[in-house]
Formats: sequence, C-alpha cells, structure tokens
Amino acid sequence: MYILFAIISLTGMGLVLGFLLGAAARYLKVEENPLIDEIEAMMPGSQCGQCGYPGCRPAAEALVAGEAPVTLCPPGGRALAEQLASKLAVDLDLSEVEDQVPMVARVDESTCIGCARCYKVCPTDALVGAPKQIHAVIADACTACGKCVDVCPTECLRLHPVKVTLRNWRWPSPDMVPAKAA
Amino acid sequence: MAALSFFPFGVAGRIRGGVHPEPRKESTADRPIETAFPLPERLYLSLQQHAGQPAEPVVRVGDKVLKGQLLAAGQGTISAPVHAPTSGVVTDILEYPAAHPSALPTPTLLLEPDGEDRWIETRGSADPFGLPPEEISARVGAAGVVGMGGAAFPSAVKLNLGRKTRIQTLLINGGECEPYLTCDDRLMRERAADVVDGILIMLHGLECDQAIVGIEDNKPEAFAAMSAAAAPHGGRVQVRQVPSLYPMGWDKQLIRYFTGKEVPAGGRSADIGVLMHNVATAYAVQQAVRHGRPLVSRIVTVSGLAVSAPRNVEAPIGTLLADLLAFCGHRPEDTASYVMGGPMMGDFLPHPRVPLVKGACGILALSRREVAASDAKACIRCARCVSACPAGLLPLEMVARIRAGQLESAIGYGLKDCISCGSCSYVCPSEIPLVHYFKYASGELVAREQMKHRTEQTKRLAEERQARFERQKREQAALAAQRKAQAQRKTEEAA
Amino acid sequence: MSLSLSSAPFTRSDSQVQGIMAAVVLALVPATVFGVVIFGWPAFFLWTVTVLSALVFEAACLTLAGKPVKAVLLDGSALLSGWLVAMTLPPWAPWWIGVVGAGIAIVVGKQVFGGLGQNPFNPAMLARVALLVAFPLEMTTWALPSLPFSSSAPGLSDGLAITFAGASAVDGMTGPTLIGNWKTELSQGRGLSESLVSGHYNVVASLLGWKAGSLGETSSLLVALGGLWLLKKKIIGWHIPVSLLATVAVLASVFALIDGERYAGPVFHLTSGAVMLAAFFIATDYVTSPSSPAGQLIFGAGCGLFIFVIRTWGAYPEGAGFSVLLMNALTPVIDHYVRPRVYGRDLKGRPLDLPGGRR
Repeated sequence: MYILFAIISLTGMGLVLGFLLGAAARYLKVEENPLIDEIEAMMPGSQCGQCGYPGCRPAAEALVAGEAPVTLCPPGGRALAEQLASKLAVDLDLSEVEDQVPMVARVDESTCIGCARCYKVCPTDALVGAPKQIHAVIADACTACGKCVDVCPTECLRLHPVKVTLRNWRWPSPDMVPAKAA
Repeated sequence: MAALSFFPFGVAGRIRGGVHPEPRKESTADRPIETAFPLPERLYLSLQQHAGQPAEPVVRVGDKVLKGQLLAAGQGTISAPVHAPTSGVVTDILEYPAAHPSALPTPTLLLEPDGEDRWIETRGSADPFGLPPEEISARVGAAGVVGMGGAAFPSAVKLNLGRKTRIQTLLINGGECEPYLTCDDRLMRERAADVVDGILIMLHGLECDQAIVGIEDNKPEAFAAMSAAAAPHGGRVQVRQVPSLYPMGWDKQLIRYFTGKEVPAGGRSADIGVLMHNVATAYAVQQAVRHGRPLVSRIVTVSGLAVSAPRNVEAPIGTLLADLLAFCGHRPEDTASYVMGGPMMGDFLPHPRVPLVKGACGILALSRREVAASDAKACIRCARCVSACPAGLLPLEMVARIRAGQLESAIGYGLKDCISCGSCSYVCPSEIPLVHYFKYASGELVAREQMKHRTEQTKRLAEERQARFERQKREQAALAAQRKAQAQRKTEEAA
Repeated sequence: MSLSLSSAPFTRSDSQVQGIMAAVVLALVPATVFGVVIFGWPAFFLWTVTVLSALVFEAACLTLAGKPVKAVLLDGSALLSGWLVAMTLPPWAPWWIGVVGAGIAIVVGKQVFGGLGQNPFNPAMLARVALLVAFPLEMTTWALPSLPFSSSAPGLSDGLAITFAGASAVDGMTGPTLIGNWKTELSQGRGLSESLVSGHYNVVASLLGWKAGSLGETSSLLVALGGLWLLKKKIIGWHIPVSLLATVAVLASVFALIDGERYAGPVFHLTSGAVMLAAFFIATDYVTSPSSPAGQLIFGAGCGLFIFVIRTWGAYPEGAGFSVLLMNALTPVIDHYVRPRVYGRDLKGRPLDLPGGRR
C-alpha cells in the first residue's frame, strides 16, 4: 500500500516537474547566448576585419564558441585580450600579442593624388582630406586596420610602427630583459 | 572614522621602514666643489629637463646667444624654460639621446660656446624682501628653476601651489640619504649663507614664517655651517638633525618626522600646509632672485669605483656626462653601470653620451664590484621587504601578483602608493628586482588604461560613422521617393 | 658600448638566502649536539639518515622538474628542512622513519607545491604529524637520556642495531616523555602533584634537557639560546616567538591558578615538548607565516592557543605540530585581512581625510 503511494506520488511529481521544465525551456528560451552581446560590447566595434571575421559580432560569436583565440583583435591589443580572457575564463597566452608592434597608417605626401578612396573606407574616420587634396591620418584615431592601404591606388598609404618616444616608452618586464652578463 | 583619527598615525619623530645602505660618501665628501671645470666644446640642451610639457625653442639655428639668454620657453602650466649656460652660437636643433634609461632621442638644442662666457644683462634684486611675494615665484619660474633633488618638478609651480593653500611650514631637505651623493653636503658646507638666503626668499614668496632644514646626522660639518648661517634669523629658519636612514629624504617621510602629519594618499603636501624643497633648489632660487641668474649650471657628484678622482663638480647644464666622467678620471673598461642620481633611486643610463640635466644630482660609474648583480632566486617570503618599506606596502605580494600577470590585483597591495625608493630590492635576500617589476607594472597599467580609452574612442568614431551612413541612406531614400513621386505626378499630369 | 637595461637600486645588502639558511642551521647546532650526546649513537645515525635523505629527495625532485640541481641544493633549504625533521623524531626511531619523514617533508611538503617559497605548510611539521598518525608506536617510543660512554648508553654496534636493524630497545632504556606521562596519569585520575613526582619532574633538568623526548627538542634552554641568537642577528623577528610563548604562558598561568591539580603551570609548559623549537624555529618559518608584523602577532598567539588547548584537552600529549599546521592554513587569511597601514591611508586603505574634512 505504502509502496503504491510512493510510486504514484513520485511518478506524479516527475510528470508535473517534467512538464514544467519542458514549458520553461519553451517559453523562457534564451534566444542567443547573452555572452556574445557582452563580448561584442567589449570589442572596438570598428568592424575592421583584421581578425579574419567579417566584423566584431562574428568575431564575438567565434570567441564564445571557442573557435578564436582571445588575442584575435589587433586594435584591442593586450588590454582587450586580458579583458576577454578574464570574461571567458580562459588562459591567456600573451606571446602572440607581445610580438605585435603597434602600427599607424601614414600618407606619403609626395605620391598622394587626393583620390579620396581611403577616407571612404576608413572605419574610424581617421583619414581627413577632400577630393583632389592631399589626405592625412589622425594618428590617435587610426587602428592600423589597413583598409586604406588596400584601396590606395598609388601605395602612398603605408602602415608604419608607432615611434617610441620618451613619452610612450615603458619599462619592460624584468623577465623580458636579457640576464646581465656579470 | 572619528575613532581612527585618534590612532597614533602621525607621531612626530616616527620613522617607518628604511634601510642602512653603505654610505660610500667618504671619497667625495671632504673635497671642495670643483668650479674649474673647462667649458666643453659643445653643450646639448634638452628641451625636456623637467616634469611636464617640453620647452619650445625661441632661438633659431645660427643665432648668437649670451650666457643666461632664454633659448626655449616653457609651455603650458607645468613646464620650465631653458637658458644658455654660456655665450656662443646655436648650431643645431636636433634629436639627441636623452638622459633617460631608454636614451631615446629627444629634441635638443646644440650650443657651441665661444669661450667668452659673457653674461646677458641680469635683473637681480638687492632687496628681494621688498618685492611683492607673488613676484618671487614669477622670477623663479622665469629662471627655469626645477627641483634639484632629482624629481625636476618646476619650482615655481610648487611655490604657486603653496600660495593657494596656506603653508605653515617650509621644509628644506638636506637629508641627502642616497649613498655616494655629497653635492648637497658640500653646498651646505661651502655656501650655507646663500642657501639660507634662498630659504628666506622662498619664505617671503610663500608668506610663511617658519622653515625647518633637515640634515642627516652623518653630516656634522654641514649641520654646523647651516646652523651658523641660520642663527641671525631668529627662529625663522631652524636647522635640525635627522637620523641617517634611507629614505629619510623622501619628502613625505621627512614631513611625518617633523610635523607628525601624513600627506593623504593622492594628495599633495601643500594640502596639509607643508611644502618641501631641496637645499640645492634653495640655492638656485637665491641665485635667480638676488642675482637674476637663471639655472644654467649645477653641482653634481661624480663618483663610483670606475672613476679615479671622484668629486663634486659645478658644471654647465648640457655637458655630456662622458666629458664630466673623463674629467674625473673615468675608466670605461671597469664600468658595469652608469647611473644618473643616487644608486637607490637613480636612473640607469645605457651609455654616458647623454647631456647633464637640471635634476641630475649624481653621475655614477659603478664597477662590477659595486653592482654585484646575480640572478633572482625564489621568494622565500622572509618579509624583509615589508619591514623595509617606508610606505607600509607588501612588496612580496605585489611581485607575486605581477609575476602571475595579475597587475590589477597588485594595486590592492599598494602598487600605486609605491615610491620606487628601492628599499625592498635592497634588502631582498633572493635578489628579486622588485622595483623593476613595479615600474614595469605601473607603466603597463598606464598603457592599458590608454589602450582602453582608445578602444572606446574608436568605438565611438565607428558608431558615429555608422549613424552618418544610415542618415545619408535615409536622406537618399527620401530624396529618391520624392523624385519618384514627382515623376509619377508628372506622368499622371501628362496622362 | 651600451649596457642592458636594469633598474635601481644598484646596490644591495649582503644578506642572501644561503646566509639565512646557514645561520638557522648554526642556531640548531647546540641543541642537536646535546641531543646526540645524551641519546647516543642511534640519535646520530638517525640524524645523518634524515638529513641525507632530505638532500637526495630534493635533488631527485629538482631533476624531475628540470630545475638546476646544484644551485638550489646549495641554498640550504633542504638541509634545514631535513635537519628540523630529524630534531622532532624520537632519537631511537628506526632509520626508515627518518627516510619517510624527510620524503614527506621534501616531496609532499615542499616540492609538489613548486619548491622553496611555495608551500602552504611547514614541511618539517607536516612530516612529524604524518609520521605520528601513521606510525604511532615508533613515534612514541622514547629513549631515556644517558651519559655518553656510561653503562646505559648504547655502544656503536648497539646503536647501529637500534637504528638500522630494528633491535628493540632494552627495557629500562625507554620511558614516557614528561608531557606524555602527565597526560596518561591524568587520564588515570591522578593529579599533577602525584604524577610529576612519580615522573621525576625537575625544572632544572627539564630546562637543560635531561629527559626523554625528541632528538633535538629536549633542551629548551639550548633551543631558546639558538633562537635568541637568530633574533639578535635579525634573521627572525620577535613577533611570533614572543606572542606564541606569551600566549602559552598566560593561558597556563590562568588555568593553573584555577585548578593546580588539573592544569600544569607555565614553567612546565614552556620547558617541555616542542614549544621552544616551535616558537623560534618552526612557527617563524618565513614561507608559512604571515608577512605583516600584526599578522605575525596573531599567528604566534594562535599557535600558542592551539598548543595549550591540544596539550590540555586534546588526545595527543603534544600539540606543537598540529598547532603550527592549523595556523599555517590560516596564514593566507591573516595575510589577506591584516596588512600594514599604507602611508597616507587609513587602515581600510582609504585616503586620509584632508584637514577640514575634504577628501
């Protein structure tokens, strides 16, 4: 008798709870992983495509799916890689980022023909100028995505490493300095 | 909070942490200041010899200038001008290695002396105490005086800051707690009257009544000379001895020692009514205000076992350190390290072909024997760094975090309160370069902050661009619709 | 010629890890020599076996981990760990006790965590406690002291037999430790005055070390002298020893005043067992104790409290090992919450108020 009660009540409970779970899965479904939105919000959003994905959202999706390394975004640099690593709780291998020297685009004024193609493709409006006039790069806004370099017909736009001066020089880590020959 | 203020936080005479490095001052302390340093063939005047904005040249290549003539003017609120250390011709404005650990090229004026050393007409003041107080800082600023103890912060800015908040005490740092250095010691011994005069001028400029000069008790001669020079001025300038301990010359340590008060984190000493200047700065102020002479030369200790005749030299700003070292019998082959400043906090220099700057109090050519450098070993958590730290930090925890790449959490252990005094690295039995780690981490954090800022900016720019495109598209669509409607109306009318 | 970048300071104190380890070892020498003298050849063999196996285990671990063997062995930390393990062993314990102890200390206690500076627990105490739990018989068979070359002292061959051949000690040459005796008597309902008399308790003998006990722990006086020398040399700080000993002394005094028959007094507590060794050599281990002075005071007091509690109410007669391990486990917590006050900040790390209440 008691056994029957136990079987009936547990079966009943199972059915009810199972139904509830099924309903919840159906009506409270999360359309998309909210993590993707959060990751996308962290990305520069310039859709430059340097990571190999067609934009920041696809890159975020790849990151969440674990298909791309957190070091994928060159404009975001090391700071972004660290943020992504802590957000996604993955180990960070900085060796890849370390090797990249920050770059900036520069216009060679002797060969610029003022074709205006470059500032149409620049995702951050870092190129200024008008048709038939020599263009210039605003270094602070340039993410070195290289889109302008691709469209420039005279190869006057090139990426150059950012010049190290007293103002942006930083102490390297002691682990990076070669051991002293004592 | 109220209960905390009863805590014996600031008891005058209290010293925290600190180390006792070997003084190694004996080789230079008893020699008089060498004033007969021959004029070099060229002077390299860096436009960035001070904290803040670089100076902007006001002369052109080819100009003939006189000693003390303005060469480059200060820019913005925190800056200092640069003057000609001797008469001669400006032969170039070039990029020249800076007196900096990186020795990166920086804009520099090249001056070729004509050997006449002719002063420009100076505007001194026989009675500086008759000048209006605000005129003092104006003249100090125009003379390009910066903190001579190493920080090279424009002195006029500091004096002005003192005018904004009421200063009760002017502290004069004659501690010179760094090993090797004796330039302040010699200055106090030989030119005590001028130093005291400079202190009185600063007091006048600050409208303040009391100055305390702190001198370490290992400099009895300097203490005696300064006491004698200060005696006629009643209690206005008090000369007091402080224990010989590194870093006694850290401004905040000296402030706590004399006043019992601590400068709140992130604040300035002026916030608690105290201002501190170095004795050499006081001397430069006296020269600037009483004689109208801008800061064009300084006394610098040239020492280390790789120089055979170590001594204090009064040399023109812009002299190549290599020339100064050669004058003191430098043996490059024995040199393991070049240091600008003292061995505890000074700057590493990769080579000595960089110019003397206003903030350089010492030039050291250290031999291998002095820089016993060996590889870092594992931290044994002996906590000697904790007891040595004058700021109350936990250096061992900070380094552990930084080594693990957790720079942010190092801040929680005091990374931002670190003054890089080097006491922790000095005592570390495992020879871990703690200060190097802290410098790296601080720089890296600043860089990341900038990078983050940049990313946000990029994002904003990209969004604006996107919005503009959409607006244009909408406008075009609207225009197209309008045209279409017009065309339709026309056909309808035609029909 | 350009030199490679380095940062200030360009001068260093001459204190080195090796020197620190050497000084601690030197401070242990008097008590160890005394132990070897009163417990004879077996003690010497056990000490040698333990120290040598500690070095061998260290070298093996370093080789496995691919770290430089010679440089690390020379820092002296393995020697010190092995030595400390030997000092806490019963002097006539068989050789394998020493080997297992050294193995636990070096391999489990230190190297699995990444070597010097990484271990959360004191290796020597870990070994002692593990041995005590695993081999209670061997770890509680105590030799009685005897004068060297006296009839009761074991000769060279007897000594070899005791240490290496497992020869059981002759009756009358072993006995309980004072502290163990007190515990047993107490459990049989006899009070202190009775048990101490029957245990031949003598303050002077106890202080000097003429009693049954661990190899290097019996002479509280020599251990304390070594510790004081380390204090004078500034190898260790005063915070941990003082707070540990003071806590034990205060608690013992209070309870002895309440019931002198049930609770032993401070002199008995301070002169017996491992309390001196723990206060000066074990609890002061840099790696496993807090780094701030205030934290060290708390740590020492905690050790003292646990020692007294375990001795008085616990199942084991001596609680130094357990106490230190318990406090070792708390060290990260203490280090997290007890930090020095930063200049210009209050104890919670907020900037001090500006005069006039501005921030």
